[in-house]
Amino acid sequence: MLLISAIVSGLAVGSMYGLIALGFHVTYVVSNTVNFSQGSSMMLGAVLGYTFAIKLGWPMPLAVAMALALCALFGLVVERALVRPFAERGSNAWLMATVAGGIVLDNIVLFTFGKEPRAFPSFLAQKPISLFGAGVFPLQLIIPLVGIGIAIALHLAFHYTRLGKALLAVVQNKDAARLMGINVRRAIAFSFALSTALAGLAGLLIAPLFSVHSEMGMLFGIKAFAVAILGGVTSASGVMLAGILYGLLEALITAYAGSTYTQIVAFTVVIIALAVMPNGLLGRAASKKV
Amino acid sequence: MSAASRIPQIARRLLLAATAVTVVSIPAFAQDTMKLGLVAAMSGQSAKSGEAIVRGMSIAIDEINAKGGVLGKKVELVVRDDESNPAKGVVAARELVQREGVVGLFGGLDTPVSMAIVPFANQAKVPFMGVWAAGTPITRNGAAENYVFRVSAVDVLVDKALLAYAVKKYNAKKPGMILINNSWGESNEKGLKVALEEKGMASVGIEKFQDADVDVVPQLTRLKEAGADVLFMVANVAPSSQVVKSLDRMGWDVPIVSHWGPAGGRFSELAGPSGAKVHFIQTFSFNGNPSPKAKDIFAKLQAKYPEIKTLADVTPAVGIANSYDAMHLMTLAIGKAGSTDGSKIREGFYAIDKYDGLIKSYAKPFTPANHDALSSEDYIFTYFKEGQILPLTN
Repeated sequence: MLLISAIVSGLAVGSMYGLIALGFHVTYVVSNTVNFSQGSSMMLGAVLGYTFAIKLGWPMPLAVAMALALCALFGLVVERALVRPFAERGSNAWLMATVAGGIVLDNIVLFTFGKEPRAFPSFLAQKPISLFGAGVFPLQLIIPLVGIGIAIALHLAFHYTRLGKALLAVVQNKDAARLMGINVRRAIAFSFALSTALAGLAGLLIAPLFSVHSEMGMLFGIKAFAVAILGGVTSASGVMLAGILYGLLEALITAYAGSTYTQIVAFTVVIIALAVMPNGLLGRAASKKV
Repeated sequence: MSAASRIPQIARRLLLAATAVTVVSIPAFAQDTMKLGLVAAMSGQSAKSGEAIVRGMSIAIDEINAKGGVLGKKVELVVRDDESNPAKGVVAARELVQREGVVGLFGGLDTPVSMAIVPFANQAKVPFMGVWAAGTPITRNGAAENYVFRVSAVDVLVDKALLAYAVKKYNAKKPGMILINNSWGESNEKGLKVALEEKGMASVGIEKFQDADVDVVPQLTRLKEAGADVLFMVANVAPSSQVVKSLDRMGWDVPIVSHWGPAGGRFSELAGPSGAKVHFIQTFSFNGNPSPKAKDIFAKLQAKYPEIKTLADVTPAVGIANSYDAMHLMTLAIGKAGSTDGSKIREGFYAIDKYDGLIKSYAKPFTPANHDALSSEDYIFTYFKEGQILPLTN
């Protein structure tokens, strides 16, 4: 029973890491930049979902759609204001700018949404069902399915659709892509909107299992970045796999060695894994032409 | 204004070489109010606690000033936000003493912040009154001349009370611990171990968890398999509710005896109906409180803060009650001292014979050996029901 419950916990939490990490993956493969406010984007999804569905009483599908749309909009703002001005000048300052953007968002939410954690109840996280003798909320089973589904969809989209191929072309050679009729700026902006929407989705999915507050995304964002690197940031399936493995690792260490060792062992394993596989689980070696 | 504030600054520079006592008392001469400082969390997740403290103190100050203040001066509260950050707390405490010239300091909810201020208060010989943070070493800090007093729970006493309650109410024989992974959890781990040892008992397991842990099932499953018959829980409101939700999912119906973390927010909402199973400690409750003083203070709160409509709007009441009594005791001590000199005020605390407070009637609340005005007999056990903290009768 200890094993089953640890696996279920690990799968659900790991899929969350994976979903947020997919956001890092999407912008990285298109523009070689990442949005370090992914944790805050996740929080934004949960806070907006709470505001629309619970406070304003909108029907859930509408609330979710609206929250995701606004998260995507936030991604566009991040790209336009915090990444593009720096990246186009060849500066790496977008790194700090996106961290700062996340802190600003956290604090805006703190003042507008309030300081107290709130509950985001869902019928999917009310009555546990029994799975091999361990109690599980249906939502905990849905999260990994959604995560894996999105990873597969992204993989297929990047490799088999025109849009996906166009996006990948951008990172290889911006000028060539532009000459081929690809709107490079729009492609990059799209990737940021997609990445924050993915984080927002993660926030909406985790909210009923957790509580909604302005700081909820911080640790998730950090762990998700570790997961993205671990998975090899260039591979969608690698990132998702790494997320799930990391979640499982955390849960299994907690279950068998005790919670005192969770963070120590989990992050040590990440470091060792990266030392052995510098390109991550499924990532490709980056060759930089000079 | 500028001239008035420049004088103490110059004076301070001249006297830097002299004793710290003089440094502290100089600025006060230039004021026509008696300034007292509060360093507490006014923003961030614990902001509600700061609000409660300010409310309790404001009611007390209104009463004190209506009777002419202390030493002929009106009392004025100067509030600084520590953002739950120890470094910011120390800076704020220094600023309050050295620039604002406060004659006494009050602390907030966070034990780590108070712990950081303690050495400064003792060194600067400024009375520092805790009104919430329960960390044992705040008042029991080992200083030869201890300037730190408290009107709040004390972890080491709380832990004894938690064990006594678990044994009496649930006949606990094999308790387990589920503790937040920070210094507060640590302090109670020690306290609970000592309490258990004194009773010749031992815990079957000690598990830690993080603020951001979505799922506490692995930890709880370990405790269950170890055969725990009662859980001691120490964590703030959001992580506490994660424990309750995880227990629900496991379908494990185990009694939970908790420190006062759940009181700090919307525990009913976050934890769901099973939140009512958590019995936690408080020093005060307006609910079910027959004392006329409690009714009087609540009416005053409603009059001063129109947003307070029902008792649910003053949860947790401990912050209000502790800080109300602490403010009165501080001004009583200053009155007994007859001076704003820190070491005289310290003696003044020992000289307080009797004070009819909100929490109780205090008789000799402070002695050189005991700087905590509340003892384990003053604790009550409560639970959350539909957003209200209700006392448990037995």
